[in-house]
Amino acid sequence: MADVLMPQMGESIVEGTLTRWLKKLGDHVERDEPLFEISTDKVDTEIPSPTAGTLSEILVQEGATVGINTVVARIGDGAAAPAPAPAPVAEAAKPAPAPAPEAAPEPVAAPAPVAAAEPAPVQADALETELAGPVSPLVRKMARENNIDLRQVKGTGAGGRVTKSDVDAYLAGRAAPAAAPEAAPTWAAPVPAPAPLMPAAPATQAPLPRVDPAKIRVEPMSMMRQKIAEHMVHSKHTSAHVTTVHRVDMTKVAKIRAKVKAEFQQRYGFGLTFLPFVARAAAEALRTFPLLNASIEGINILYHNEVNLGIAVALDNGLIVPVIRQADEKNIVGLQRAIVDLAARARGKQLKPDEVSGGTFSITNFGSFGSLFATPVINQPQIAILGVGAVEKVPVVVEGDAIAIRSMAYLALTFDHRLVDGALADQFCQKVKQVLENWSDEIL
Amino acid sequence: MRTLEVRELGRIAYADAWALQQSLEAQRKLGEIGDQLLLLEHPHVLTLGRNGHQENLLVSRDRLEQLGIQFFENNRGGDITYHGPGQIVGYPIIDLREWKRDVVAYVRSVEESIIRVLARYGIEGTRDPGATGVWTKGPAGQLAKICAIGVHLSRWVTTHGFAFNWTTDLRYFQYIVPCGLTRPVTSLEELGVRVSREELHRTIVEEFARVFDYDPVAVKSAPALV
Repeated sequence: MADVLMPQMGESIVEGTLTRWLKKLGDHVERDEPLFEISTDKVDTEIPSPTAGTLSEILVQEGATVGINTVVARIGDGAAAPAPAPAPVAEAAKPAPAPAPEAAPEPVAAPAPVAAAEPAPVQADALETELAGPVSPLVRKMARENNIDLRQVKGTGAGGRVTKSDVDAYLAGRAAPAAAPEAAPTWAAPVPAPAPLMPAAPATQAPLPRVDPAKIRVEPMSMMRQKIAEHMVHSKHTSAHVTTVHRVDMTKVAKIRAKVKAEFQQRYGFGLTFLPFVARAAAEALRTFPLLNASIEGINILYHNEVNLGIAVALDNGLIVPVIRQADEKNIVGLQRAIVDLAARARGKQLKPDEVSGGTFSITNFGSFGSLFATPVINQPQIAILGVGAVEKVPVVVEGDAIAIRSMAYLALTFDHRLVDGALADQFCQKVKQVLENWSDEIL
Repeated sequence: MRTLEVRELGRIAYADAWALQQSLEAQRKLGEIGDQLLLLEHPHVLTLGRNGHQENLLVSRDRLEQLGIQFFENNRGGDITYHGPGQIVGYPIIDLREWKRDVVAYVRSVEESIIRVLARYGIEGTRDPGATGVWTKGPAGQLAKICAIGVHLSRWVTTHGFAFNWTTDLRYFQYIVPCGLTRPVTSLEELGVRVSREELHRTIVEEFARVFDYDPVAVKSAPALV
């Protein structure tokens, strides 16, 4: 059996991420044949096998980050008979033209420290018989340095083997016993200084969190998720977010919608929702109050002559805000058509670049998911975003102190208080409300 | 002294350039040739690194076809990227055992050579510890990427390399990450630098050779292989 180690790909590199196995368990592999790939800092490296034989054990799974010199696999001679490491190499050495020393990157070819003098090999072997299997030199070293009884560490590697991350998790738990009260008795001895047990992870690439893999699954965020996260925090850092909420009577719009819905579907091939009415009303209000259709650059206010409405579209794992250009020049049919088209193409990943840029104001329709009102985050560099809540039939006190059933909705406007004050924001909302409540069914 | 053979290949299809890289990589491993630097330009193409994420492609494959943009998945490090006219693509095929056996030092040095090129045109290039590549202040004042880097290594021989935006049509980058959710991309042209391709190639070769300690530099422009 020969150990395959995580190689060191540079002086300052202490760990590597195994990104892909190029061979499967049980596959025959030639010496120097690419066996797996690792990734470091935008460099993907193929690692050749240090020896010929059968890939008999895979100890590190794809996606895992482990310290250098960690045993990632074992290569047997196929007969499963444990042989001293050098033997299979000699056997396999075909009359290759290339001289052996330069055949592989040094770290792999370097003599494995496994069989080298351990301080107490007998003890270690005895220990290993009690464990689910042998442990890597790195784990053994960590156990020694931190005075850990490996029998106390829950193994999550192949066959319950104790891995580096198990030891990390154990150390993290020991440093903060409160986090794992159920295991407290074994560690009852006072731990004087938790700090040295957990050396600060190098702050270069995002380090894998130290967690107990039995309890927490770690999954890196997709690039889109990272960008959304960055964008949201950037917006919160940039604007002074304030949200104002107005209640709007949508009964008139609801009636128009009920009346022409079927005809719409038949004539245009799509239904009619509340959203184009809100978009139309917002475009109208933006023309009346151009400060809400502006953006800030340095100490200047940029007033946008075009009303380009961003419409937030939820995707499976994120969101995107395609833009209806010159929305103030479109009627209800045109707006509804644009919304249906942009949403469909956003989900089908078919948007053109200029369809997701240049928005001057955004609308988000959280009402379609049943929300009454929310406090949306401004889509930078815009000044405001209008959230549309669910339209619901509720009892309302109407003129003459009577109670009537009306279709009501909350509109939430989040605005940037750097540029817009409450009075203006509320005038804007009143304008939107006024347009929506007095809709003439002649105009679609 | 170590020698760098520079090959200026003009515009070359991604697949052809990849075949050439593989051929040169094999020859380099056998010691039949010395270290190479290919300088070229690709027609519109999006490439996805092996550990990249499909969801960062914003448009469908059909749509890409309509737009005349090719799509490839390859084995370099990094996520999705765009190459196209006006972008100087550099593929160093170097045996790192004859320099330093250190992938991080290699990537940092590629960055360093581009930072020095930028300095020659009065632009301050910077690194971002979390994001390999060369960054600079874009026209809007925020950090923008001007050079992308992605590398593949096999037996210490490098392939793939850097993509440096000279007069790139930056709109094409918007097909790969949702606009507004990404840090911007910029180019020398957008930063107001007017320089000819010949001069820029010369500057890149000079700075690359200085950083990697090549001397002298033999310049060959014949595609020769494949």
